[in-house]
Amino acid sequence: MNRRIVFYRVGQIMMLEAVLLILPLAVSLIYGEMKAVTSFAITIGAAAGLGLLLILPIRHYDNVMFSKEGFTIVTLAWILLSLVGALPFFFSGEIPDYADAVFETVSGFTTTGASLIPDVESLSKGILFWRSFTHWIGGMGILVLMMAIIPTDSGRSMHIMRAEMPGPVVGKLVPKIKDTAKILYLIYFGLTIAETLLLLIGGMPLYDSIVHALGTAGTGGYGIKGDSIGGYAPHLQWIIAGFMVIFGINFNLYYLLLLRKWKPVIKNTELWVFGGLIIITTAVIAIDIFPLYGNAEESIRNSFFQVTSIMSTTGYSTADFNLWPSLSKGLIFILLFIGGCAGSTAGGLKISRIMIMFKSVCNDIRQQRHPRSVVKVKIDGKVVDNTTLHRVSTYFILYIILIVSVFLLISFEPFGFETNLTAAVSCINNVGPGLGDVGPAGNYSGYSTFSTIILSCAMLLGRLEIFPIILAINPKNWVNKNK
Amino acid sequence: MKALVVGCGKIGATIVSDLVDEGHDVVVIDNDPQVIEKITNIYDVMGVCGSGTDYDTLMEAGAEGTELVIAVTSSDELNMLCCYISGRLGAKHTIARIRNPQYNIDNFGFLRQQLGISMAINPELLAAREIYNTLRFPNAAKTETFSQKNFEIIEIVLKEDSALTGIPLMQIRNKLKHNFLICAVQRDDKVYIPGGDFVLCKGDRIGFTAPITEAQKLMKDIGLDRKQARNIMVIGGSRIAFYLTQLLMMSGNNVRLIENSSEKCEELSSVLPPKTVIINGDGAQQELLLEEGLNTTDAFVALTGMDEQNILISVFASSKKVPKAIAKVNREELIPMAEDLGLDSIVCPRKTVSNLVMRYARALENSMGSNVETLYKIMNDKAEVLEFKAGSDFKKLGVPLKDLDLKNNILIGGIIRDRKAIIPSGFDTFEKNDRVIVVAAGSRLNDLSDILK
Repeated sequence: MNRRIVFYRVGQIMMLEAVLLILPLAVSLIYGEMKAVTSFAITIGAAAGLGLLLILPIRHYDNVMFSKEGFTIVTLAWILLSLVGALPFFFSGEIPDYADAVFETVSGFTTTGASLIPDVESLSKGILFWRSFTHWIGGMGILVLMMAIIPTDSGRSMHIMRAEMPGPVVGKLVPKIKDTAKILYLIYFGLTIAETLLLLIGGMPLYDSIVHALGTAGTGGYGIKGDSIGGYAPHLQWIIAGFMVIFGINFNLYYLLLLRKWKPVIKNTELWVFGGLIIITTAVIAIDIFPLYGNAEESIRNSFFQVTSIMSTTGYSTADFNLWPSLSKGLIFILLFIGGCAGSTAGGLKISRIMIMFKSVCNDIRQQRHPRSVVKVKIDGKVVDNTTLHRVSTYFILYIILIVSVFLLISFEPFGFETNLTAAVSCINNVGPGLGDVGPAGNYSGYSTFSTIILSCAMLLGRLEIFPIILAINPKNWVNKNK
Repeated sequence: MKALVVGCGKIGATIVSDLVDEGHDVVVIDNDPQVIEKITNIYDVMGVCGSGTDYDTLMEAGAEGTELVIAVTSSDELNMLCCYISGRLGAKHTIARIRNPQYNIDNFGFLRQQLGISMAINPELLAAREIYNTLRFPNAAKTETFSQKNFEIIEIVLKEDSALTGIPLMQIRNKLKHNFLICAVQRDDKVYIPGGDFVLCKGDRIGFTAPITEAQKLMKDIGLDRKQARNIMVIGGSRIAFYLTQLLMMSGNNVRLIENSSEKCEELSSVLPPKTVIINGDGAQQELLLEEGLNTTDAFVALTGMDEQNILISVFASSKKVPKAIAKVNREELIPMAEDLGLDSIVCPRKTVSNLVMRYARALENSMGSNVETLYKIMNDKAEVLEFKAGSDFKKLGVPLKDLDLKNNILIGGIIRDRKAIIPSGFDTFEKNDRVIVVAAGSRLNDLSDILK
């Protein structure tokens, strides 16, 4: 493997993290939180130092990159990013245990939003801002950000993009990868600004608006209040719910809208399935929980908010669905798996994968009835090739194995079956809250250090969609073929 | 510039690679998903899987806003249709690969007008022309002429010590008294733009510019007589061989064409001029080659379908003291190896096509001002020779060359003024409507102004 390019790119990511950390540092300065300021300053030094340490020894590197280098760069970058990103929490003493701080950071970067801080409101503003900012960075991907701003001289960066962007098929919007990355980030940035402004106009304070917009954009879900979004006015809840839907949709469609190409957007099956699922589950849950609230607006709002929050894998909440009837809880549990559209910032299995699997199952059944028939899986009128089909089913198997193993590994904890299972599922799908003790009103603070490490790994595996990490940690991958 | 390449076979891939190197936004269409995946993995391009004649596919690839569409699938008809449809969708320029002479030569004027195709390329004909040009001056590895046909750049390999080697370039001109300029030297895979104190040595591949009449005298003085080849042996009855034989016979040469398949021989003999000697036999057999008089041929051209065979029989021909041996090699990666074996003339059809397309693309990119008129790649594509027409937008008209602040690795190889070729010295100037020949290694020029720092 070409180690030099791997270390060089990872070093660049560290430098980029150092630059990004300036923002929370500034927030801490504004609010005069000196302890947070020093912790950020030390972290910036550490990130920059580590970056230089990786970059400086490499004077020449071979530009040729294959998929294994892409996978390794992404995996290493994300692990180091989380380890360094956890330092501010640790140095400022706001999360005294380093393993807990790493859990919190991984949960941030992977846009999970699972927290183990019992009392969120006690944290300083700068630290809270960094916590939500990690969502924004991780949502679209830091390597994609790097591609958009740092000129790379290789046409082979596609391997990195494919490893970092979730979804069964990763394509480009425009011929050049740099331009594609730029367009994606511009749309992302624009939508984030739009949400901040709408929340501001709606009467939310500036700091709260920014933090919540960052959390929604990355579909992360770190709140800054004990009751998440529940304490804000109903119209603000509607705005956030709306944006959770927006960030759960494939970003390619926004680009098509910008180009005024309406037809492919309207004909996008994934969009319709996503919308349909939201409407149907919202309706069923709203009817189911109506007796609890006795008010149509409130039950629809709570139902819609929770459904969009779980489907887009954000994890904000306005109501504790632990208290809801079992039908609603069952539906929420199923939604934990599904996730948003491919090419969005949402996690989960992704609608398009489910569509492909569902269609290929139907085809298989038909094939058994007519053994000689030839049937192809089509999405939006296009044939899905066999490699993709195969990859999707392999991914599903790995995904199930991952859920089962994580669930087993943490099941010694003194929690109920419901809590442990949903904690595993929720972390792997990057949702955040689960049922039972890890529900919207609870948090992950009860878990032991061992379990927090397991769950951190689970979140990373879920965000990068398993394959890159497995391929990167394979020792055969590290055999040096570099000249 | 936005370019769309339809069909990613051998030629398509080479064009994509060159377009990406030049920094264009490239979209690729091919109907094989594996080909698309491979090409998007290697190059920074967008791939669309589908047919190049399908409206939806072309729309998805953004054909309506494309400046240049290049259709190079294996089917002529498909290429023409693709160009027509994308032209109708709004593509500004279209290039189609059209191999069938029926379309390309006989009816091309009509088709071009009706279908709106900007340029037709026939790789085999282009390759044949390139070989033909080389055969006219068999001692040069490569010869290219510029727009007025009275100025040329010649590439030669210094196989032995001659008047050129061992002394600094400054003194060579005093010694030889001819009007010429050595503009590029390739030594051990590196290309130099030589200065006055550069010393040539045995084994260098050099490129020099000279007016046509001077070039002949110079070649004579350095012991490389340019006797035109008369007796030529061609191995392999491919399409290139057909075009080449036609060109050679028309200019009065003797051609012996050896082809293995008897059907092909009959076919060729029915279309080629009657004087052509067509021999049915295996061109790789040394016995047969010697029997057909390899010893007495002036030039040997290997055009079979197999690169390796072409290289090896050309090496054999060289060993039998044939003055000129040319091998067709399709796979670029084999070219350096063939050169190591001592072959200096190698023809690679897809490179030829790609260079032509690049020239077109570069001229399009800057259709105003002092744009590129001609572009040749020399020294195994490591250096470029460009011909610009100096327009009034060039700021330094009338300024002596020695006062121009040129970029590194750039040399003015010649100026053509009123059909007269000038080998420039420091006191020459550019005037309006001059054609300026620039040799550049390592930088990409679009406009005459790009030569300045």
